[in-house]
Amino acid sequence: MGFHLLSPSYCCGYQPSPPISHGLLRFRPVTGIPKPSPQKGQLHQSRRASKVLAYYGITTPPYKLDALEPYMSQRTLELHWGKHHRDYVDSLNKQLVKSPLYGHTMEELIKVTYNNGNPLPEFNNAAQVWNHDFFWESMQSGGGKLPQGGVLQQIEKDFDSYSNFRDTFVESAMALFGSGWVWLVLRTEEKKLSVVRTSNAICPLVWGDIPIIALDMWEHAYYLDYKDDREKYINTFMDNLVSWHAATVRMLRAEAFVNLGEPKIPVA
Amino acid sequence: MALRAIAGKKTLTLGLGFGPSGAAAAASFPGLGSGLHARGLVTFSLPDLPYDYGALEPAISGEIMQLHHQKHHQTYITNYNKALEQLEEAMTKGDSSKVVHLQSAIKFNGGGHINHSIFWQNLKPANEGGGEPPHGSLGWAIDTDFGSLEALVKTMNAEGTALQGSGWVWLALDREVKKLKVETTANQDPLVTKGANLVPLLGIDVWEHAYYLQYKNVRPDYLKNIWKVMNWKYASGVYEKEVA
Repeated sequence: MGFHLLSPSYCCGYQPSPPISHGLLRFRPVTGIPKPSPQKGQLHQSRRASKVLAYYGITTPPYKLDALEPYMSQRTLELHWGKHHRDYVDSLNKQLVKSPLYGHTMEELIKVTYNNGNPLPEFNNAAQVWNHDFFWESMQSGGGKLPQGGVLQQIEKDFDSYSNFRDTFVESAMALFGSGWVWLVLRTEEKKLSVVRTSNAICPLVWGDIPIIALDMWEHAYYLDYKDDREKYINTFMDNLVSWHAATVRMLRAEAFVNLGEPKIPVA
Repeated sequence: MALRAIAGKKTLTLGLGFGPSGAAAAASFPGLGSGLHARGLVTFSLPDLPYDYGALEPAISGEIMQLHHQKHHQTYITNYNKALEQLEEAMTKGDSSKVVHLQSAIKFNGGGHINHSIFWQNLKPANEGGGEPPHGSLGWAIDTDFGSLEALVKTMNAEGTALQGSGWVWLALDREVKKLKVETTANQDPLVTKGANLVPLLGIDVWEHAYYLQYKNVRPDYLKNIWKVMNWKYASGVYEKEVA
């Protein structure tokens, strides 16, 4: 069931060329410590002695922490990634020590702990870990400008124009009450792109939709750089930070799961 | 129209914990409606703080107080007034779907106004009595319902830290059973959304804007320090009026 969103290859330091030319896909560190293989005569002992835990690691953003200056300061990245994101990972691992959840990828863990709308205690941490990974990769130095190729075509098809999409995205972010996220998603049922807004940790994966871009609207994401001026933060994200390269790769993968109906979409 | 009472002073005084007998005294409470429209719609304006922005240092920085008051609270008031005007128009036209659609904006922005108006009263500079523990009937009630003031503070700090996202943590009086409780509300939901009998005595804003510039992600430190500027006199006043 479901799909595994593998992160694109930015591990060698981001190069401003289409990432699919790299060809590599880095698998996110997930799942648990493998069971120790039982040695002769120790079969029963090892089963009693071993405790298998799920354990997740923190991934680093695909750029140095000052790469997004002056639009998102190094200080913000240091706190947002180094403290908030890391706290979510640490808290999740602490919860998993006492939990029977094991053997899931992060995406599966989110869906399982979402529990169809009655989230288990691990949901908040798991979802926020994934959301933040996705968020770092949704941005790049020298970002913004316009999407290209297939992504632009799909946006124009589903929103009538890029500027319509941009307005919808900005309005949705401004209308968010409290903490949450704004997403460009590919809806798997309707087979079209859409802007959605979620509260707190909720992420469109739980509805089976495919996220393409995310913007963190929790206050910690922008308060140091923009104080209460959310509009400036959102516009700066759209004009200078959003990574259409990442969006392209994600659309490419999404097309393997959603038939967008036209056989020749030139992506990238 | 009966519905206009929603915006009227009486309901607000109840919501702010003054009770029916306090309506007259509450009429001078900052934050109650002052603007009057032709049809009698009451709108709201930003109440003044009873202290300087820097007066709560070092517990809460002057920079935060100024932003919190002049930007965040003002925005809630501006949007609340806008929503009320739109509501009045929709009600006059009988546009039910617009009326219902506006409810979330009213709850959010109106709640933000209510909550912050209480919050400014909850805080007091240390050299004016902020942080001084409660005496009298509220002090006894705390000992009865929580064991000690330390236990209450510990509970509220734990609840405040555990709150996911944005919200408030409250010391509430259940006016029906005359017991104190600790409650949390999400986003800008006022305390009444957790129970019609709940009267807010103290509220602590745990939205990130309330502490981020000074404490960054360390919400527990903010919660530890805010008690040094807590205005227990206000809480006692509200409590005594309710149980009298």
